[in-house]
Amino acid sequence: MAALQLEGLARHYGEREALRDVSLTLEEGRTLVVFGPNGAGKTTLLRVLCTLLRPHAGRVEVLGASLPDEAWRVRGRVGLLAHEPLLYRELTARENLRYHASLHGAREERIDELLELLALRGREDEPLRTLSRGMVQRVAVARAVLHEPDLLLLDEPHSNLDPAAIELVAPLIGAGSGRTRVICSHDPAGGLAQADLVLGLRAGRMALLRGARDVDVGEITELYR
Amino acid sequence: MKRTVGALLRKELLVELRTLESVPGMSLFAVTTFVVFHFALNKSSVEGDLAAGILWVTLLFAAILGANRLFVADADQGGFDGFLLAPVDRSAMLAAKVITMLAYLVVLELVAVPAFALLLLGAPLGPALGNLVVTLALADIGIAVIGTLVGAMAVQTRARDLLGPLLALPLLVPIVIGGARATAPLLVATHSSGPAARWLLTLGLYDLVFGLIAYALFDFLLED
Repeated sequence: MAALQLEGLARHYGEREALRDVSLTLEEGRTLVVFGPNGAGKTTLLRVLCTLLRPHAGRVEVLGASLPDEAWRVRGRVGLLAHEPLLYRELTARENLRYHASLHGAREERIDELLELLALRGREDEPLRTLSRGMVQRVAVARAVLHEPDLLLLDEPHSNLDPAAIELVAPLIGAGSGRTRVICSHDPAGGLAQADLVLGLRAGRMALLRGARDVDVGEITELYR
Repeated sequence: MKRTVGALLRKELLVELRTLESVPGMSLFAVTTFVVFHFALNKSSVEGDLAAGILWVTLLFAAILGANRLFVADADQGGFDGFLLAPVDRSAMLAAKVITMLAYLVVLELVAVPAFALLLLGAPLGPALGNLVVTLALADIGIAVIGTLVGAMAVQTRARDLLGPLLALPLLVPIVIGGARATAPLLVATHSSGPAARWLLTLGLYDLVFGLIAYALFDFLLED
């Protein structure tokens, strides 16, 4: 079954087209990796898929729900790891996670599980503003998977993470998580290694859409030239 | 809905307690304004219409300071997105913000009203206190609802510090008029009557109308 079905998706900000005529299908449990230079429309695509932005044209189906009309069916089934951690700086990691757990109806024990898995024990009661960027990113990963979403939308998920932290988050947001994933990446080799399907965007338009096996790193690098 | 409002309120309270960005500023502004009035009017005490006018205008401007800060943490730290991604009723945020704003106003008035009595008011406050509390409560509901609505609109714009007061002031004028007219008879040395019922009714109706408008509009303010 398809987790994502896009046909002719378009989105603009005023006069500027951020996405135009984007069409693809992604099966459940598969990973789509999106490449493209800054301003290509990667973040806009993620924000449309998680219902924060409305599509302005085209057909968008996420987890069987048609957007924007059935957006309410998608919320709560999607985990977004964006550029911003979507966390309050003055609250501690635990307070932030407890707040999001209440919104999503997630179990309280899940917070402890995630704090343990992400090696945040001992720092969970300190305000986020006192933590390093890498630690904040780990808390953001915990927030994104707190409610065990079916679809993960990850915008450069490894930014600010050191190699040890990348290993820590792998079971939650890596291929081993078993979830359908859409990842925005600027790392051609690393991104390609995770992909089942590759989408290249340039100025909001599809410049590349192919199975990962049929794409080489050079083609992805070419998108940035 | 109850659980969501509770979670939002807990978060609001924690953020304000840690940052102290709103309530201390609002209270300090009110007390400073009373001091300025004390010297500018060159009077040791005021009564009646003048006293009511000073009290309500000061409370109004202090409230606008709070309303302007109400959504800043949500807008700047991705709190809106985090909330919008959750499968919850968006009206929960309206309810939580109105209650938060009401709490800010209560604390403000706990500081501002005694300061006003001490620095400016000629008449004793004791006998008027019960009626004053009723009037303040009715006005606070309207201020909190309008402040929340305007705060949510203004925070989405670049000129939020300017737009907030510009949008809020015209909408809050009827509350100041109602509040001042209802309070003026209470702030005289020989007051014998309570606040005029028609002004209390006006405040109540205004609260109801803006409560309904806010309920109808708030989802659209949060949506793309």
